[in-house]
Amino acid sequence: MSMAGDGPIGAEARAGAPHGALGEGRRRHVPDRLHGPLRRLLGSWESLLLVVAVAIFVANTFASPYFLDPWNLSDATFNFTEKAMIGFAMALLIISGEIDLSVAAIVALASTMMGLAVQYGAGTPALVVIGLATGLACGAFNGLLVTRLGLPSIVATIGTMSLFRGIAYIVLGDKAFSGYPSSFSWFGQGYVGWVITVELVLFAVAAVIYGFVLHRSAFGRAVYAIGNNPVAALFSGVRVPRVKLVLFLLTGLMSGIAAICLTSRLGSTRPSIAFGWELEIVTMVVLGGVNILGGSGTIPGVVIAAFVMGLVTFGLGLLNVPGIVMSIFVGLLLIGVIALPRIVRQLIDSRTARRSAAKATVRADRGEARS
Amino acid sequence: MNPGERAPDSVSRHSGAASRLAETLRSRDALLALALVVLIGLVATRAPEFASPARLAAVFNDSAILIVLALGQMLVILSRCIDLSMAANLALVGMIVAMTNAAVPEVPIVVLALMAIALGAALGAINGLLVWKLDIPPIVVTLGTLTIFRGIIFLVSDGKWVNAHEMSPAFKSLPRTEFLGLPVLSWIAILAVLGALVLVNRTPFGRALYAVGGNPEAAVYTGIDVGRTRCLAFVAAGAVSGLCGYLWVSRYAVAYVDVAAGFELDVVAACVIGGISIAGGIGTVAGALMGALFLGTIKNALPVVDISPFWQLAISGTAIIVAVALNARSERRVGRIILRDAEKGA
Amino acid sequence: MNDDSPVLTLDGITKLFPGVRALAGVSLALRAGEVTALVGENGAGKSTIVKVLTGIYRPDGGEIRIDGKAVRFSSPQDAAAAGITAIHQETVLFDDLSVAENIWIGHAPRGRFGLIDRARAEREASEILERIGAGSLDPRARLRDLGIASKHLVAIARALSIEARVVVMDEPTAALSRKEIEELYELVERLKAEGRAILFISHKFDEIFRIADRYVVFRDGEPAGEGRIAEVEEGELVEMMVGRPMGDIFPPPSGELGEEILSVRGYSHPTEFDDISFTLRRGEILGFYGLVGAGRSELMQSLFGITRPSAGTVTLEGRPLVIRSPADAIAEGIVYVPEDRGGQGAITGLPIFRNVALPSMSRTARHGLVKTSEELALAREYTERLELRAASLDQRVGQLSGGNQQKVVIAKWLATRPSVIVLDEPTKGIDIGSKAAVHAFMRELASAGLAVVMVSSEIPEVLGMSDRVVVMREGRHAAMFDRGEATPASLVRAAAGIADAREAA
Repeated sequence: MSMAGDGPIGAEARAGAPHGALGEGRRRHVPDRLHGPLRRLLGSWESLLLVVAVAIFVANTFASPYFLDPWNLSDATFNFTEKAMIGFAMALLIISGEIDLSVAAIVALASTMMGLAVQYGAGTPALVVIGLATGLACGAFNGLLVTRLGLPSIVATIGTMSLFRGIAYIVLGDKAFSGYPSSFSWFGQGYVGWVITVELVLFAVAAVIYGFVLHRSAFGRAVYAIGNNPVAALFSGVRVPRVKLVLFLLTGLMSGIAAICLTSRLGSTRPSIAFGWELEIVTMVVLGGVNILGGSGTIPGVVIAAFVMGLVTFGLGLLNVPGIVMSIFVGLLLIGVIALPRIVRQLIDSRTARRSAAKATVRADRGEARS
Repeated sequence: MNPGERAPDSVSRHSGAASRLAETLRSRDALLALALVVLIGLVATRAPEFASPARLAAVFNDSAILIVLALGQMLVILSRCIDLSMAANLALVGMIVAMTNAAVPEVPIVVLALMAIALGAALGAINGLLVWKLDIPPIVVTLGTLTIFRGIIFLVSDGKWVNAHEMSPAFKSLPRTEFLGLPVLSWIAILAVLGALVLVNRTPFGRALYAVGGNPEAAVYTGIDVGRTRCLAFVAAGAVSGLCGYLWVSRYAVAYVDVAAGFELDVVAACVIGGISIAGGIGTVAGALMGALFLGTIKNALPVVDISPFWQLAISGTAIIVAVALNARSERRVGRIILRDAEKGA
Repeated sequence: MNDDSPVLTLDGITKLFPGVRALAGVSLALRAGEVTALVGENGAGKSTIVKVLTGIYRPDGGEIRIDGKAVRFSSPQDAAAAGITAIHQETVLFDDLSVAENIWIGHAPRGRFGLIDRARAEREASEILERIGAGSLDPRARLRDLGIASKHLVAIARALSIEARVVVMDEPTAALSRKEIEELYELVERLKAEGRAILFISHKFDEIFRIADRYVVFRDGEPAGEGRIAEVEEGELVEMMVGRPMGDIFPPPSGELGEEILSVRGYSHPTEFDDISFTLRRGEILGFYGLVGAGRSELMQSLFGITRPSAGTVTLEGRPLVIRSPADAIAEGIVYVPEDRGGQGAITGLPIFRNVALPSMSRTARHGLVKTSEELALAREYTERLELRAASLDQRVGQLSGGNQQKVVIAKWLATRPSVIVLDEPTKGIDIGSKAAVHAFMRELASAGLAVVMVSSEIPEVLGMSDRVVVMREGRHAAMFDRGEATPASLVRAAAGIADAREAA
């Protein structure tokens, strides 16, 4: 900030100078916040979702005797940890007003590249580097298409989604790579202690880091600003293209990390892995309270949504419900959780409208209408 | 003379027509048609029989379903929405129709086709009503219904397939039946194109789609019911999905849960390649048709030029990216031209 | 005209929004063949009443009567069906449809099978355009290819195509040139002769006194006066609007100008402006005058880093600057308050304190983590300075009035402690009371040592506030005047590029 500007206006303000010539100085104290923190918390989406999560947990305990077994619960986390890690980066991207539908394809491509490297005898550290690098490269490609060429991200990533997975198919065809080194399996199959998996720890670390970035950092503030009004954000000095590029790099990176975990867990690679993940991840993010149009959303919301989806999948799995029928529940959950507040609001609005219309008629009858 | 103003009457008729021709030739659709011709030409250099009328007709026939779906998707995208559930709609209706035929083969095919359209429209109406009455963003609604419809296929069929031998001969043969040299399937696509042309250019609903997509706030001011227009677009998209559901299962003579999995993105891709703007308000029937033909041509050309089918996905992905980049170039507003000589040079 | 009973009456209309009482029992009567002017400050409720009239808002209280009978509009279609149409400040039309389609959208003439009869639509569109003196417009032209004035004419043609009995005109002359404004007056006279009732909203008194028959004044959403134009004077109108008499006085200059701080040389852009040079001193207010479209905003936005120049240098305190984005400009202490405060100036969906703190995050953050308490403290400091009126600092900016939104934008920039502040049409669309406040504040900033650039299209403001005036015309420097040298005639002459000032008046 220019030293020359550190001047008189600031000094006056700091000295608590009285009002300037702004018409009649009606000193009005404007409070910082209208409601206290508790009221703000209770009225939020995340609280509603938490209630839903607890309800599902309780329902599951009654539905199946195997539910509360710690090892089963631990296995259940695999349902969502990989997708949720991508989901954190996706949440930031969607809050900024963009979307990345190519994440699943990036997972497939990164996994394929790692498989290819294994055929050339690469060891675990090299595999990790390749996985991350592929993710970053794909993310950079997406980011440049959106920030340099100005393409709408929804269609640009529909294109790259086909391109990336297409490259995986060209490399692998309908075959599969396996033969990963045994140390590699630590990521997807390892345990840190007792029932806590490595993936769960990675998920938790990612949640904390992304939480800080979104809610506490200048970068996070910029993301919200861009999602609300990219033009005004630019005019306010936010480096919009740079922020968006970083966001796409992040979704690429997290897809790379997820690819490492998934490949290590499965022990093999096919070009068709993670098929349909992008839609599940977007579902998880929207369920978590992130507005698909951008501008609002939180990381805790996404965390709770990940648990909700994991619990539903796991619980239904224990009841031997086939996967595809489970997705009916997920679809209903997605629409239901978004529709419910709107239905409630419409009912309230129509009731107040009827009440005020009645009042107006009464007033007109009594001839009280002012002219 | 300012832009948009006419020259005096005697001059206008000729120069008007000539300049309109020039504008058409420079337009996006013409460029796309050119690209299509070039593509066919390239393939023909390797395999001359590809450019023969019979082969081209076969490519058209193969792309027929995609064409019809793209036209439906176009209506939705024009109004600034998107429908990701079209393929799931297609699969569900296809399964129901196939199961009906397997159980009650006496039902006339025409009745089944009408049933398919009605069912598809009903499913589309679910999308439309959620968008209209509850104001839920279309991408979220159709993401939800996409998974719900697919799941219902399983419930309805209990995970079982309907195989060719369970379908009546009439059921399977309708799309293949030739009429005036072309299969019924192709005719349906042709009728869909003609119908879409009339709908989009000549009906109030069609023009309302452009208004709603181009400037939804202004559309409200002009008295257009934005929500209702969008809802109708979803119903129409659902109806054509339903019809294509019947066409698909009868053409491939099989119905199962994963029919057309992932196809919804092909449909969006066809529209995007065809110059239909994802922001709404811009796009033509010709564009949707050519976008679908472009993808269909690529798919059919690969085996002919000895490229492994595994390249198909990457090639269509590249085509989409290039098409979107060209769309973005032509949609970009020219900055304000203030300097006089800059205007002359521009 | 013959009988005095109004065509349209709004009686005791009330409209409430969360935390805001936009209208409180206002009334309006529109008579056939008469122009009624609606006058009021920003936030007085003018645009709200227009939306009630056109069926976009439903009133929470009161009654709407047409020809004496009570009606209720549940949608804009109802209002249009009742013969009410509005011409808004921003054209609300469709860029990708043709002129004829824009005129007829929603009520196109039908032919066989209910399909649109294109030929008839184009023919009838030509007829209407002819009637309003726009016969040279091609009904088949795409709206996107037309200039602002032509688009306005299409909007007017659309209003006529609805055979409206009531025509609402909301600041219709904002984007028009002198000649086009005269044509608009002729159109209004023609509409009057056709027996339509016209509601004319404007804050330009010369227009009001020129074409209105009656007037209605709103103040803070309440009725503040009405009557015949012939029986009232400008000063009385202002008093009704503001609640107290006001003089047209601008704050006096401090007289002391500091050293030169900013120097712009040969600044050019491929299409927007060419070879602009000027200097700026601390404590100075430099006015930029010109006609709409002269390139002033484009120049300022380029200096601010929104667009790239093709040539030229900018020097701040002797140091050459390279500015490639607004972030660069802000870091150098140059800030820009845009004309479009809702779209470019403030992020209406975010709370006040987040808006104010946004460009200053390096000061509210420690190790990259921002502290909300610091943001609130910063916002508190600068909004109190500007006497912002709001329910709380975490209220969304979108819920504030125009004047208060402008205060948030200015507070935001002051918090960055700039050395140069550029204000683009700072009092546009702001009521007289707040205008004076902004002017006083600008003079205060200059006195405190800031260098101020003011882009303005209002001659009294330019002459009253500026220490020097630069006039731009079609992207080029046309003239420069010192304080006291310029007259309204000389400004207009320079801006329009004509020899005789009389032709422009």
